[in-house]
Amino acid sequence: MLHLAIELDGAGRHPAAWRLPGADPAGLFSAAHHVRLAQLADAADADLVVHPDAFADRSSSDGEQRGRLDAVALASRVAPLTTRAGLVPVVTTTWTEPFHTAKAIATLDIVSGGRAGVQLDVSRTAQEARAFVRSGTGEPGRGADEAPDPDDLWDEAADTVGALRLLWDSWEDDAVVRDVATGRYVDRDKLHHVDVVARRFSVRGPSITPRPPQGQPLVVVAAGDGPSLRVAARHADVVRVAAPDLPAAADLARRVRREAGDRRPAVLLDVEVLLRRERARAAEVLDRLEGWAPGHPARSLRLAGTPADLVALLAGIAAGADLDGAVLVPLDLPASLEPVAAEVVPALRGRGLRPGAAGPAPALRERFGLPRPANRFATPVDAPSTSGATA
Amino acid sequence: MSTTPSGTDLTAPRREGRHRKRVHLGAHFPGVNSTTVWRDPRAGSQTDFSSFAHVARTAERGLMDFFFLAEGLRLREHRGRIVDLDVVGRPDTLPVLNALAAVTTHLGLAGTLNTTFNEPFELARQLATLDHLSGGRAAWNVVTSSDAFTGENFRRGGYLAHEDRYARAREVVGAVRGWWDSWADDALVADAAAGTFVRADRVAEVAARGEHVRARARGLLPRPPQGHPVLFQAGDSPQGRETAAALADAVFTVHGTLEAGQAFTADVKGRLAAHGRRPEDLKVLPGATFVLGDTPADALERARETRFLQVGPEQAVAHVEALWGRELPGLDPDGPLPASDPDPAATVTRGRVRHTTDPVATAQRWRQLQAEHGWSVRELVVEVTQRQQFVGTPEQVAAEIDLYVQADACDGFILIPSLTPTGLDEFVDRVVPLLQERGAHRTAYEGPTLRHHLGLPVPAARTVDGEAADGEQR
Repeated sequence: MLHLAIELDGAGRHPAAWRLPGADPAGLFSAAHHVRLAQLADAADADLVVHPDAFADRSSSDGEQRGRLDAVALASRVAPLTTRAGLVPVVTTTWTEPFHTAKAIATLDIVSGGRAGVQLDVSRTAQEARAFVRSGTGEPGRGADEAPDPDDLWDEAADTVGALRLLWDSWEDDAVVRDVATGRYVDRDKLHHVDVVARRFSVRGPSITPRPPQGQPLVVVAAGDGPSLRVAARHADVVRVAAPDLPAAADLARRVRREAGDRRPAVLLDVEVLLRRERARAAEVLDRLEGWAPGHPARSLRLAGTPADLVALLAGIAAGADLDGAVLVPLDLPASLEPVAAEVVPALRGRGLRPGAAGPAPALRERFGLPRPANRFATPVDAPSTSGATA
Repeated sequence: MSTTPSGTDLTAPRREGRHRKRVHLGAHFPGVNSTTVWRDPRAGSQTDFSSFAHVARTAERGLMDFFFLAEGLRLREHRGRIVDLDVVGRPDTLPVLNALAAVTTHLGLAGTLNTTFNEPFELARQLATLDHLSGGRAAWNVVTSSDAFTGENFRRGGYLAHEDRYARAREVVGAVRGWWDSWADDALVADAAAGTFVRADRVAEVAARGEHVRARARGLLPRPPQGHPVLFQAGDSPQGRETAAALADAVFTVHGTLEAGQAFTADVKGRLAAHGRRPEDLKVLPGATFVLGDTPADALERARETRFLQVGPEQAVAHVEALWGRELPGLDPDGPLPASDPDPAATVTRGRVRHTTDPVATAQRWRQLQAEHGWSVRELVVEVTQRQQFVGTPEQVAAEIDLYVQADACDGFILIPSLTPTGLDEFVDRVVPLLQERGAHRTAYEGPTLRHHLGLPVPAARTVDGEAADGEQR
């Protein structure tokens, strides 16, 4: 079985994709555009949809896409109008407080009925630092004119994962008791301070938001440079890798697994796709995009071809031992997404590589074989009671 | 305000015909405090999205102006332990409002967001996103709490002095508005043939150069559909009133009688001219609870039942302890107040605003009330925590709401149901049609945006020809 994710970015990842027929460039900031895309991904029964994000703009060129809607908002906006796909906004850990991220993703899990995840990233640019008041408060390594150290940024991201997991558990599942006899709405022994004191932040807790439906929403990290690969391997449930071809991707996946030790995160390869009915037509569209906005090479394996070509590529990924699936990154939207639901996924099902979409929507964790985890603050029912063990 | 319809003078001056003011109505999701009656067997989830969707859809069915979410960034504590007697916890404001945008079409979506523990650049983009994704229905209730207790959830802790919180808030709002205006209205061209998506010379870098907010960036989004999302301000101090006059579109307040409302409204609207604004540019919207009955007596009886559900014996004791500033072991909720006086300096309650400035005087007043009426501690707390509310038949409540608005005591109300999620239903079913009959409430939405509903102008963009605008507030 193959895991299949889809990244939805504006008019597509290519900066000139907005100029193609069918792109509706004036509507890129409207809900209608994003709902339509998410529903197409939902119809493809994608395991998850990633909405990318950053505090930096994509471009400053007149001819290229720019502007970014907040990704958590986008995921929340489409949640009630989709039924099955996981929703995974990118959240950066450099400038956003873990307390805010924890309650936002817990709430995405609530409004999506257990389909939330989060892809964590860092903000590397001085442009982003200058946008934040905190960069002027003398915090070392976070100044508006300092080049941040990637190891430091990713250490903070790793600490953030730890804080998120604790905050999501800071309410036990049965904390809300509504006990009329004693007048108690909650059992406060089931609410927990988390008392995280990391190098870059501290947070007392508990969260203001009860434990989300999945217990722990799915954590995704893209393994790019060394520090991010380390954090992805050690902390993420799903790891994205980018590589120019399958052998290089397999090497990366093995590196991730070595670093992961006993953990077994799913490893998905980014595949940039531009799909048309004929190979020549796909190549022609890609040429046109490159002509409009040159200098944007592929960031991972790229396929400009037919739906059948993509099915063959994905079957090749499934046949290998190292990758668990792919993140499809359409270069243009919605044109390269429509055939995924209409042709690619049915063909994968025909080969037994994707499940049918029958029955109730699975929790996002379930799609990756992850059970709903026990709460780390809860005392196991069969554990021997120890006096003085409660905080 | 009178809590019984019998106290209302229905002969007060009123506007009629085309001068009649429309009543603006908001729906407050039942919150994390003692107003929300969780003990009622009909009380539903405070967390499930279906509860939020029900209240929002009901408000939209009633053609109300907006839905409103409060927020607190730390669970309240009493005597060092999390308060467990009232509703505790809630989902995050912005994801809920974005999700509600998917299940409503016209309703305004107002969220409370703190200026102390959020970064202005992030707030600007989050609120602009909500405005884009809702087609112009976003509102921000600006709050300023800065206590170290709440700060423990954030890396900067209690970094901001209490007296600086409005100064920071005004700089934050100035910077946020700057970033909303960063893209000129004609910046997004999206001309595929010409190959111009955004005119870079129509996107200004906005710099905030205040004492509290120093940052610079180009905005990341086209100007929001409303120009600026609607700004609410809550806070009744002179500083709060001045802040509202300087920058808010609506003020969320509480005031007692018709006369107090008229005085408040005259005061805040009187401050507008100094900021170059007209009286109609700021809406005064008090929070109000309501209890309906088939007869006046029935309504009073229901109100009394609700009050005793809100103030259980444990809440009554906790309320007295909060004033006394210490634990009061053995205090009988059915007996008298403690003989000793409160400790004016001590506090046992954290995470909420302490309203009383002189606990000893308040205790004295409570003792007098207890002596006059023979009230127990619980009965006393029921009385003194009485909030602004409408109690009566639908006809009486509609008449009283209309009266307050026509007499310029306010521009409408933010209704606070006591029951989640169905508490608003009977108001929409029984009072809204009567307000419509009186010509005091719309019979259809007349525009797509919250600014349309509230009759607020779209603010002019302040960036000029791509030059850097100054996000700093004077």
